[in-house]
Amino acid sequence: MPTAIAIETICRRNAADALHDKLFRGVLRVCALLVLAALLGAALSTLWGGREVLFGDGWHFLTSAQWNPVENRYGAWAPIYGTLVTSCIAILIAVPLSFGIALFLTEIAPLWLRTPVATAIELLAAIPSIIYGMWGLFVFVPFMANHIDPLLDSSLGRLPLVGALFRGPPLGLGLLTAGIVLAIMIVPFISSVMREVFQTVPARLKESAYALGSTTWEVVWDIILPYTRQAVIGGIFLGLGRALGETMAVTFVLGNAYDFSTSLLMPGTSISSSIANEFNEAVGLHRSALIALGFLLFVVTFVVLLIARWMLRSLKRKEGNA
Amino acid sequence: MSASVYRRRETKNVVAQILASSAALLALVFLAWILWVTVSRGVHAIGVPLFTRITAYADQGGLANAMVGSLIMDLMAIALCAPVGVLAGAHLAEYARGTRLGETIRFLNDILLSAPSIVLGLFVYVIFVLPMTALTNGTTTFSALAGSIALALIGLPVIVRTTDEMLQLVPSTLREAALSLGIPQWKLTVQVLMRAAGSGILTGVLLALARLAGETAPLLFTAFGNNYMTYSPLAKMASVPAAIYQYTNDPNPAMHAIAWAGALLITLFVLALSLLARALFSRKKTSHD
Amino acid sequence: MFNFRKIALAVGVAAAGLSLHATAADVTGAGSSFVYPVLSKWSATFAEKTGNHVNYQSIGSGGGIAQIKADTVDFGASDKPLDAEELAKFGLGQFPSVIGGIVPAYNIDGVDSGKLVLDGKVLAGIFLGSITHWNDAAIARLNPGVKLPDAKITVVHRSDGSGTSFNFTNYLSKVSPEWKTKVGEGTAVRWPAGIGGKGNEGVAAYVKQVKNSIGYVEYAYALKNNIGYALMDNAAGKTVKPGNASFQAAAATADWAHAQDFNLIMTNAPGADAWPITATTWVIMVKQPKNAANSKVVLDFFKWSLENGQAQAQELDYVALPAALVKQIEAYWQAQFKH
Repeated sequence: MPTAIAIETICRRNAADALHDKLFRGVLRVCALLVLAALLGAALSTLWGGREVLFGDGWHFLTSAQWNPVENRYGAWAPIYGTLVTSCIAILIAVPLSFGIALFLTEIAPLWLRTPVATAIELLAAIPSIIYGMWGLFVFVPFMANHIDPLLDSSLGRLPLVGALFRGPPLGLGLLTAGIVLAIMIVPFISSVMREVFQTVPARLKESAYALGSTTWEVVWDIILPYTRQAVIGGIFLGLGRALGETMAVTFVLGNAYDFSTSLLMPGTSISSSIANEFNEAVGLHRSALIALGFLLFVVTFVVLLIARWMLRSLKRKEGNA
Repeated sequence: MSASVYRRRETKNVVAQILASSAALLALVFLAWILWVTVSRGVHAIGVPLFTRITAYADQGGLANAMVGSLIMDLMAIALCAPVGVLAGAHLAEYARGTRLGETIRFLNDILLSAPSIVLGLFVYVIFVLPMTALTNGTTTFSALAGSIALALIGLPVIVRTTDEMLQLVPSTLREAALSLGIPQWKLTVQVLMRAAGSGILTGVLLALARLAGETAPLLFTAFGNNYMTYSPLAKMASVPAAIYQYTNDPNPAMHAIAWAGALLITLFVLALSLLARALFSRKKTSHD
Repeated sequence: MFNFRKIALAVGVAAAGLSLHATAADVTGAGSSFVYPVLSKWSATFAEKTGNHVNYQSIGSGGGIAQIKADTVDFGASDKPLDAEELAKFGLGQFPSVIGGIVPAYNIDGVDSGKLVLDGKVLAGIFLGSITHWNDAAIARLNPGVKLPDAKITVVHRSDGSGTSFNFTNYLSKVSPEWKTKVGEGTAVRWPAGIGGKGNEGVAAYVKQVKNSIGYVEYAYALKNNIGYALMDNAAGKTVKPGNASFQAAAATADWAHAQDFNLIMTNAPGADAWPITATTWVIMVKQPKNAANSKVVLDFFKWSLENGQAQAQELDYVALPAALVKQIEAYWQAQFKH
């Protein structure tokens, strides 16, 4: 008799578990779909808000670089260019920096130092972006104008080809300055994810490598990084996402000019800073053009991520062959 | 021969360690630099009035209503996006690995990460503020609730991304062990995996909080702002970032000090919450071990 | 997480309870940032006197117009007036609120604030990029005895859309045909030269940082932040200094009597003492509001402010509207607004 009862309870429990599992699965699915709905909703609302400009003028919006609110002619090339260039600079600076920080925090620093330094670096993410903007405007722009820009102009600016990127008057503001400020802003995002995932590497893996006489660098490069690559790239996307969409900090230091210039020391504009700059006062077609820019940012992000994903896959394939 | 190989490896190691340490140092230098500028410019405004006076009194004002507003809206936003984000992340990591829907959601989530915050604000304006206005015949238009929803949309993708990553990193032996003991999958996910990945998930939530706490643009068309004190989720509500934005625009330099002081407050607020969360979390963890 | 939710809920419930006790009216306005400082000052005093809260947020003129049309606020405020057709279409009325000035701000070594004189044509030439150096003959002619450097001019303009830019470019369009055809007027324009700073603070910071630069900011901003500003030759050919007297002169000599719905831009005003780049902000309201009680509070607020707010406006370097204009506005209220 007791066994029968036990079996019955087990059966009942199994049935209950199955139901709970189903429910749980359902709830999770709904939450995931909410994310989907949020993005689609946001993207579609920008498509709708920007329809007059996106569809009213043929391909003009995408092909023109001219932005003239007075004549109501809008072309998106300058903001797209600025967004890509500043984000590129930011990622080029922030990724190695973050990797170094994560390496320092997980393998090099003495234990007592790790938590305080990690918390301090995460604090960089807590500073409101308008403060990055104000700091950039009042402190960093003059610093660039007085120290960095003249240095670049007289060194890298002399080089053939690449030199054109670094020539210009020492204004202090511009694409390079914006890229650097962005880099500082996204470092905490990338580095804290890297640090977090480096810590998940099973100790025995690292210990075996150390026991075989590997140096710290070798352990990190050959053991930790391959083990966590997928998540490290996730962290980089997190940073890239913020860089592409960041508004306030960029707006204050970019110089906001719609003219093209090869030099990184010259002012430019970006999609999000154009929106932030002009949205409040815009009416009619101008407003529509700015919302259309918002939609374009979705498209640009989509393309950038697609390329990143494709590169990742080909990287994997190559490794598989080796 | 082997000595030279050894020396080269050793040099490489030392160089890497020096570079890594200087990277950390550089980040700390920038943090110190920005904080120093914030403190030195905001110090004149820090005092009791900053906490007791409301923004309406401009040159004799403080940030009392903005602080209350930010506290309410940030917490409501986290309360909205943390559960949804963690569960959605769990779905991606535990149920949708390798499925097409999972990959699509993961991809779209990455796009949502970079959505300009003002666009998300406008979205909430269209789907929430305007219907609310019509529904209540204009008595409720902009509201703290609408502001929280906009902020939640900013925090959500950060939490989804980190939760997904962190859960995927939990060794599969843990799952196999639990499943072989006959533990149902929901219990496995909640009680084993989320606990194992807890510190990482918490990092995600804190990063989300850090990001949304400083946002101004999405609040303009949702919470709107208020120069007076309000507490109701259905009232127009002030926030510290919006007040900072307002004060930096003011012709009077004394007002700029209040803006810097406000920035310092946001930074300290996020720091305090992150220390608190970490303290709570580490205590919990030790009690279970 | 569940704790968070409980706390939020508790806060919400407590708040809903508290808000029931509010008896005085809460009215809402949105729009131009130009008037934000003075409106919030007036609002605070009005709240002490009447208990009514006038909550004004500067989300920009474009935002203000959009919100009053969407009926989400009780009044909007715009640096650019709406035309009669648009007002009629949405059942709106508008009136000016307060006056302020915009000044050319510069940074030239050895030329102190108020020592440089410009006129409309020269200012347009500089911002067009056709006058490139400070010792240009056109500038020198206006400034005999001032030692101007042989240095390149860096132009600084607003990067964000703003009413300040609108009034500035409106003025340049009035005095320079070339500016009118090449650039035109607007809250944001295609600037032919220079760098863009965000907000008054952005322009002010760049003017201070970059030697031999020139920009334009609100008068109060130049004054409070020790930025050098220029004198201007006005429409009557007289050199004037920015300040209460010259702003008021511009408002008084503008032809309000013949402007339907106060649709008149005050730049390049004809008076002998008028500052040429003087601006106002229009308050826009629904003529037949759904919530008449709120509209009444808004009108009470502006009545009180226009009649009693002069001293506070002056403290913030704005100028109150001349008495004759206030009378005209009050008559407009009587005729147009239902409350």
